[in-house]
Amino acid sequence: MSVMIKLSDAEKSFTMHLQNGIRLPVVRGVSFHVAAGECVVLAGPSGAGKSSILKMIFGNYRCDSGRIEILHRGATIDLATAEPRQVLELRRTTIGYVSQFLRAVPRVAALDVVAEPLVVSGVSKDEARQRAGDLLRRLNIAERLWTLPPATFSGGEQQRVNIARGFISDFPILLLDEPTASLDAGNREVVMSMIAEKKKVGVAMIAIVHDDEVRERIADRLIDVSSFAAAA
Amino acid sequence: MFDPTSIATDQPLLVADNLAKSYGRLPACRGVSFKLYPGEVLAIVGESGSGKSTLLQMLSTQLQPSAGRVSYRMRDGVLRDLAALGEAERRFLFRTDWGFVHQDPAMGLRMAVSAGANVGERLMAVGWNNYGKIRDTASTWLQRVEIGLDRIDDAPRTYSGGMRQRLQIARNLVTSPRLVFMDEPTGGLDVSVQARLLDLLRGLVTELGLAVVIVTHDLAVARLLSHRVMVMQGGRVIETGLTDQVLDDPREPYTQLLVSSILPA
Repeated sequence: MSVMIKLSDAEKSFTMHLQNGIRLPVVRGVSFHVAAGECVVLAGPSGAGKSSILKMIFGNYRCDSGRIEILHRGATIDLATAEPRQVLELRRTTIGYVSQFLRAVPRVAALDVVAEPLVVSGVSKDEARQRAGDLLRRLNIAERLWTLPPATFSGGEQQRVNIARGFISDFPILLLDEPTASLDAGNREVVMSMIAEKKKVGVAMIAIVHDDEVRERIADRLIDVSSFAAAA
Repeated sequence: MFDPTSIATDQPLLVADNLAKSYGRLPACRGVSFKLYPGEVLAIVGESGSGKSTLLQMLSTQLQPSAGRVSYRMRDGVLRDLAALGEAERRFLFRTDWGFVHQDPAMGLRMAVSAGANVGERLMAVGWNNYGKIRDTASTWLQRVEIGLDRIDDAPRTYSGGMRQRLQIARNLVTSPRLVFMDEPTGGLDVSVQARLLDLLRGLVTELGLAVVIVTHDLAVARLLSHRVMVMQGGRVIETGLTDQVLDDPREPYTQLLVSSILPA
């Protein structure tokens, strides 16, 4: 299977200028790869840098040094040095990211929040809404909520809207930050089967999961992030 | 659908090259260079006096730079130095190919004539002369910015602040511009009115594939609307990059201060 993500010696630290310029090392020497159709789970205690690594791969956090190579339309792009325009293109067509929390836009209906990534990638509004509805139904979001902005939804409902939004596109790479954290058993089961389907069609995934049972079910490989600890 | 980031094919729409402006010995803006691509939204953020409005004025040819230049790709595909344009070409840009949304809608509207005429006027300026067609198009645009058609014959001075701002946006967009400049477009509005306007702008910008240069001191506005952000301080660009990257992983001391100064809701 082709390698979709390859990190070599990636390093990240924060310099807090407002706190007398203290430097907070986050991770160092991060090197691993993920192939198509594989789900890699990042393991390690809280604060080890798991979320930071995901954010670096999404281009949300900058990478101080090293390489983050992404296979994009048959060519390799190094995210550590890519132009903002290239990062945006990757996000539009190649990398999806399901964060823990939904950043809700005021006034936009849940159905449109979910449909948006498809619309942006050129799918017609009607078809995008249709597919968004299918996913929301599957994730047990009551149809009467679809036209409401998700800001007022419960935590679990918001997370499911967020998951639907992340899974709706046919991206070859998916990054999942605690996708099942506040879900009940039934919905957790739905998400696990959605992950299995993505795997089957060759999507490369990196996930952070704290639930042992979920990790057991979805992980093909574990990567221990504490081995990248950068603490001086 | 317009793809704002298809890197292979498109060329920059607006190019700023080492722009500077001084008022006497006081430098208001120094060494600003960037490229804006079709469909791209660039936010210029910074506090009052950082030079962001001066920069916007220079980009839109309303202020002559002390040094450097601004180039724009005309509809024929040729990148032209804006300082070298003839009067007719400049007028063409302002009447059709560009929009300018002012913070104060009174500066971008004619307050004493009807809303319909405010929108129709831009069309007449580019040669439309069929009254029925002009009114139809104006009606469509008023609806798109959520102004009821029962208000089409009222002058904007009878409108609320939020409605005026939406009317100003309709007036700007009716000629299908490719580039819109915005100067604190949500500045003087109540928070609830702001949210509605932002949502409307966000939808229109994506739908129409507009390139936008937006000046704002509000980082939430930048996050919601822009792809890229330039942080200005003391007339210089001190940090630039993808919007969420600059806001979530700010590198410069001043950017960190700006980001950490946001009050949680």
